[in-house]
Amino acid sequence: MSIAIDRNKCVGCGKCRTVCPGSLIKLDDSGRAFIKYPRDCWGCTSCIKECPAYAIRFYLGADIGGAGSLVHTEKTDGILKWIIEKPDGSVSQIDIDPKESNKY
Amino acid sequence: MKVKKLDTDILIIGGGTAGCYAALTAAENSSASVLICEKAHIKRSGCLAAGVNALNAYIVEGKTPSFYADYAMNDAAGIARYDLLLTMSERLNKVTARLEKMGLVILKDENGRYAARGNRNLKINGENIKPLLASAVEGLENVKVLNRVNIIDYAMADGRVAGAYGIGIEDGAFYVIRAGAVLIATGGAAGIYKPNNPGFSRHKMWYPPFNTGAGYAMGIRAGAEMTTFEMRFIALRCKDTIAPTGTLAQGVGAKQINSLGEVYETRYGLTTSERVYGTVNENQEGRGPCYLKTEGITPEQDESLMKAYLNMAPSQTLKWIESGLAPSRQNVEIEGTEPYIVGGHTASGYWVDTNRATTLKGLYAAGDVAGGCPQKYVTGALAEGEIAALSMLGYIRDNEPADIPEEDIALHIAEAEKFTGGNNSLFTTEQLEEAMQTVMDSYAGGIKTNYRFTGAQLEIARQKIKQLVILSGRLHADDPQELMYIYELRERLTVALSVIAHLEARKETRWHSFAENLDHPEKSSEFGKKFVNSRLENGEIRIILRDITEGGEPYEHSDR
Ligand SMILES: Cc1cc2nc3c(=O)[nH]c(=O)nc-3n(C[C@H](O)[C@H](O)[C@H](O)COP(=O)(O)OP(=O)(O)OC[C@H]3O[C@@H](n4cnc5c(N)ncnc54)[C@H](O)[C@@H]3O)c2cc1C
Ligand code: SF4
Ligand code: SF4
Repeated sequence: MSIAIDRNKCVGCGKCRTVCPGSLIKLDDSGRAFIKYPRDCWGCTSCIKECPAYAIRFYLGADIGGAGSLVHTEKTDGILKWIIEKPDGSVSQIDIDPKESNKY
Repeated sequence: MKVKKLDTDILIIGGGTAGCYAALTAAENSSASVLICEKAHIKRSGCLAAGVNALNAYIVEGKTPSFYADYAMNDAAGIARYDLLLTMSERLNKVTARLEKMGLVILKDENGRYAARGNRNLKINGENIKPLLASAVEGLENVKVLNRVNIIDYAMADGRVAGAYGIGIEDGAFYVIRAGAVLIATGGAAGIYKPNNPGFSRHKMWYPPFNTGAGYAMGIRAGAEMTTFEMRFIALRCKDTIAPTGTLAQGVGAKQINSLGEVYETRYGLTTSERVYGTVNENQEGRGPCYLKTEGITPEQDESLMKAYLNMAPSQTLKWIESGLAPSRQNVEIEGTEPYIVGGHTASGYWVDTNRATTLKGLYAAGDVAGGCPQKYVTGALAEGEIAALSMLGYIRDNEPADIPEEDIALHIAEAEKFTGGNNSLFTTEQLEEAMQTVMDSYAGGIKTNYRFTGAQLEIARQKIKQLVILSGRLHADDPQELMYIYELRERLTVALSVIAHLEARKETRWHSFAENLDHPEKSSEFGKKFVNSRLENGEIRIILRDITEGGEPYEHSDR
């Protein structure tokens, strides 16, 4: 699993770089974020949840069965929305209320 | 290198679960200055980065701390410290209440009481547990946090731990930190064995790949007594995503079945290691692959599972959605992971006394790095952080800080500068890391041999790892982050040698898979009463067998 950062969307706030538990994300000369060590990503999604520009997607590597779907989150009105874009263009969304406990 | 010198009453190495809670405890009980050094950033570092699923250690209504201690003792087949388990268990509910006050969402029943999951667990929304802990710490006046400082070694003075050395991975500075007392809270060690998916997704592992065993290695090098490295932790996980299986097993009652559809878990037993062993065996005997039987669960259960996994292991939900096969439509394939060294699940780590003092004066340990106390999980790590912090406050009242000798500082800087100096290394850090993982996989009971090993294989592993230690001394780093990678590799190699020595020393098979010794395939009554401990003396690992005491007798802490 790894992440992809859309440099055209990135506003250079550096929040993803701050939270990455592996210090894998850096800012380039123009101040935009890139993942320097894509193979070292743990898939924790911390960076994705931080990004105010929704510029980061994560995906499963082909070696673990990934088929190219991309995930990101958006937070509105206190609800964390997980948005999954499939290669065929279809989109699924799961909304999570952080105030609700897991049922299991 | 630019040198930065700092002074603090209490130094906490690792701002994770145990480290953050220790800082909180120290701040609330004293005016001592506290410094946390964290290799990443405390907001999302360590085990809790992605979130956790449940609080696995809690004393539910009608149960007692000794109920929990007995359970953990039994799951470890008797190799655990009752004093540590009990003192941890006594604090589980207090730290849980504290977590709730910080803002953690815990499921309650209609009477406002926590809703238990089974006999020991609470259901939560644990996605934001680390940011909650971090903001509690960041608001404290006496606590300073240094993010992105990777600690590489203890600073020793007058036969005690007097501080630590670190490298700033963003500023490139060499940090010399003098402290009245030191807490090691760096978690366990991943990446010693070859992972399930060694290619592009090599870091899609259960334990954080960034917890590289620094705390164990620094202790080993400084001559601390360490315990039970032979009790490796191998997790039973969803195939490919390495997501936890407990949510499926406990949440929707999914049973382990083989490809014939037979429930096999009851044939092998239900302890943590037996669940893994059963799966390995079914595969070996031609009844694989193995699954958790989820077919036929309801659409509501599907939805709850999708959400629960997003809150801790999002890749599993992605997999379900991407394939279009929700768990109700397809059983979830399972596999064992590579072995990890994790003192919060098994009993590996520092040999500590009841106050969580290590055998090195001035050094305390808490969380996954501390040994003897398995099944501590999140709340147990918090409890140990609290116990250790209170003990350290006592220690700094009675002991003056020691000065770090200039020669020792110079030696450590010279080592770091050697790695960043002229480049004549044939090998890269990554190559040596892969070589180490291949050796451990093939000769020290990795996935390749179904976790089994012989004494003859361990001897080969030892020779090959020693060779890699020599090669690692000649590696080259272009920047501070690469320098950290060299230190991480060397930590893992140090831990690997201790794991090999411990696997060899326990001449029995006490736990299937965790330590499956083909030369000694049965349990031995003699070893059932012994801890396997070790200490580095003159460059050699010396094994020390210590008796497991009965009836609450105190433990020998040192024979020096
Ligand atoms: C994926 C996962 C899911 C889990 N789910 C649950 C669950 O649902 N329920 C439950 O009760 N338990 C769960 N656990 C177990 C629990 O999270 C851990 O046992 C506990 O958090 C360990 O705490 P710790 O403080 O020892 O380690 P951590 O919280 O990992 O802290 C170690 C810290 O040290 C830092 N560090 C490491 N090396 C250095 C160095 N050299 N210098 C400076 N800093 C360093 C790390 O970056 C990290 O911040 C889970 C564990 C994992 C890995
Ligand atoms: S998913 Fe986690 S490990 Fe991967 S880049 Fe983002 S923050 Fe870092
Ligand atoms: S968080 Fe998003 S906007 Fe900010 S630097 Fe990272 S990618 Fe760019």
